[in-house]
Amino acid sequence: MSKHTLAVLVENSPGVLARVAGLFSRRAYNIDSLAVGPTENPEISRMTIVINVESHSLEQVIRQLDKLVNVIHIAELKQDESVQAELILVKISATAKNRFDVDAVLETYDAVIVDESSETLTIEATGDAAKISDLLNALERFGIRELAQSGLVGIERGSRSLAERTLSVQSIPTAESGQADYQN
Amino acid sequence: MGKKMSGASSLVKSLESAGVDVMFGIPGGAILPAYDPIFDSSIRHILVRHEQGAGHAATGYAQVTGRVGVCIATSGPGATNLVTPLADAAMDSVPMVAITGQVPSNAIGTDAFQEADIRGITMPFTKHNYLITDPDQIPRAIAEAFYIASSGRPGPVLVDIAKDALQKETDFNWPKELSLPGYRPQLEPVNQSILDAAALIAQSSKPVLYVGGGAIKANASKELLQLAELLGIPVVTTLMARGAFPDSHPLHYGMPGMHGTVGAVTALQKSDLLITLGARFDDRVTGKLSTFAVNAKVIHADIDPAEIGKNRFADVPVVGDLKRTIAALIPAVKAEFAKKSPDYSAWNASMNKLRATYPLGYDLPKDGSLSPQYVIERLSTLTGPEAIYVAGVGQHQMWASQFVKYENPRTWLNSGGLGTMGYAVPAAMGAKVGAPDTPVWAIDGDGCFQMTNQELVTCALNNIPIKVAIINNESLGMVRQWQTLFYEGRYSNTSLESKRIPDFVKLADAMGCIGLTCDRPEDVDSIIKKANSINDQPVVVDFRVFKDAMVWPMVAAGTSNDDIMIAREMAPDWDSQEL
Ligand SMILES: Cc1ncc(C[n+]2csc(CCOP(=O)(O)OP(=O)(O)O)c2C)c(N)n1
Ligand SMILES: [Mg+2]
Repeated sequence: MSKHTLAVLVENSPGVLARVAGLFSRRAYNIDSLAVGPTENPEISRMTIVINVESHSLEQVIRQLDKLVNVIHIAELKQDESVQAELILVKISATAKNRFDVDAVLETYDAVIVDESSETLTIEATGDAAKISDLLNALERFGIRELAQSGLVGIERGSRSLAERTLSVQSIPTAESGQADYQN
Repeated sequence: MGKKMSGASSLVKSLESAGVDVMFGIPGGAILPAYDPIFDSSIRHILVRHEQGAGHAATGYAQVTGRVGVCIATSGPGATNLVTPLADAAMDSVPMVAITGQVPSNAIGTDAFQEADIRGITMPFTKHNYLITDPDQIPRAIAEAFYIASSGRPGPVLVDIAKDALQKETDFNWPKELSLPGYRPQLEPVNQSILDAAALIAQSSKPVLYVGGGAIKANASKELLQLAELLGIPVVTTLMARGAFPDSHPLHYGMPGMHGTVGAVTALQKSDLLITLGARFDDRVTGKLSTFAVNAKVIHADIDPAEIGKNRFADVPVVGDLKRTIAALIPAVKAEFAKKSPDYSAWNASMNKLRATYPLGYDLPKDGSLSPQYVIERLSTLTGPEAIYVAGVGQHQMWASQFVKYENPRTWLNSGGLGTMGYAVPAAMGAKVGAPDTPVWAIDGDGCFQMTNQELVTCALNNIPIKVAIINNESLGMVRQWQTLFYEGRYSNTSLESKRIPDFVKLADAMGCIGLTCDRPEDVDSIIKKANSINDQPVVVDFRVFKDAMVWPMVAAGTSNDDIMIAREMAPDWDSQEL
């Protein structure tokens, strides 16, 4: 099994998330995380999907995804050729006594405090999977009370964008009347 | 600006613009607005007796004509009754558009009367589907639905339309062009893949043409014949491809798979190159996958890139329309053969010998009762290869595939992928509507027939004179066969007692059909001739056959094709063959 990150551009139409999720479920593909959000183009949404597959079936996953009419483009984001990040909000136990230790951890990981109470601190941090997991390990000793974690999002390094490579749309003439023979 | 009209009229105008000439359906509350303009439309609407019948009829029509089949139903139960035919059409790549009414948009999500989320339900087995709540979107959705259903790998598309969208006023504008950025079927094969395929063929010494239903969908029979004769190698046609290549042709080895011929199964198994054309390495063909054709390289030509590598690694993938692919392959192969002409004679000789040793056959029942295989064989001989044959699912289906001699594409219809009992009668009805001048015989099981025979009423009332041969073995014969072989003959719930009840002749009569019965071998010819002479009314013949007949050869589910049996506990004598 190996992990792969896919960036998937989809038409921003109702039901598209259900189509993608349904496909993964019925073909028994393992999703580690899925994040959906808007893009620079209001008609297009972007999904970042982390899947766990045997290497030979990654191609199969991509081809099945590509069969969904609302899926416009799929790209694999390779670790070293992309920037990837997830977001966490974590509530830890913190008192005046250990506040100093907490601050030291937060500084190491570029994390910030976004809310506090007399017994807790809520911390926000972003980063790739390794950094987030290290941070959580470091916070473990204070006592993690609650964790909210987003799916991973990613983008390719460099100046090119996925959209400009893929959105050259061809239009298909329809028959004025009578059934068009689209195959031949 | 387009013409002002109701959403319902816009729907019907859209269907007319898409070239629909016939559709099968049943009205109900949510779709009712559409039935008003249907009343005046040039489109023939055939009122069926069950929506499942409408769906399979659309499939039968599509399989015979190559055009998109259309069915229409109301919301809730009307729509859910279409679920089976939609799944069936998806599995067998049938171009179909299903229109359903939906509860009004403000009621969606409230568990309103007759609400069912048919778009959600059918997502897994439609090529695409729509829920339309804005009447302005109707023409575009319909135009897209027909385009998606009929292009690339064909498949079913469902358009669910909220009742208020049918009632509201809209402008009718038939789109001049469509833009589907996420849907771009690749029709033209990449030249390099054609060259690679030709080179691999020239290097092989035991190649086989493994032909699937895609050859029929792509109308590629003519090109296939040319390629086969150029190569001069064994051809096998899967259950979905029967008729794609003439049964009478000396290169034809028949059907591979669980109930395939010894010749076809073994040709694949011993091959060193599978030239796979529009087939998908289905488990019913491969048997235990890890033991399937272990020494073969694979050329896999398919219009659906996702089929390639799904079950079996392809050494040379060729994505494209099969007609174009084969047409491109012919000159490429000729160019290779001009360099060095391969010698397939040893391979052909050993396969020929095997085929001659193990032809399809059957034993006549010792008690003198009617043999089901004999009935089907006579039906084929007396009716001929220009007719259309439509099977249900079970033993009779396998016998109809084995013992009817097919010479032409689109003359054999069956539910291959989903294995839907009840397919035959409604699919035959749709086939007859699509080909009114061609005799259409449904070869149905007594079990299957009892699932959907009500469509004979539709046939009788609408001048759709199909013929039905019920292969009445008074049991769920295929299941019974498995019980015989794998459950020590413990016949749990497979006896239908259908030589007693129902009386199929009376049932036929009650439905406005001619009912005939036959239980003696000597009457078979005269009864078939009689049925063939009736062309103004549907005919049902109750062939009361021997109930213990079995389908052979057989590769038991999950076992290797190497373990093919030609009869109970009888394997081919491999030692006497040089393979
Ligand atoms: C809708 C449906 N239900 C159950 C089955 C399982 N099944 C496969 S073949 C078969 C028996 C069919 O009986 P019949 O129509 O009499 O055909 P026979 O095998 O006797 O020729 C059954 C129950 C099925 N394929 N489809
Ligand atoms: Mg039966």
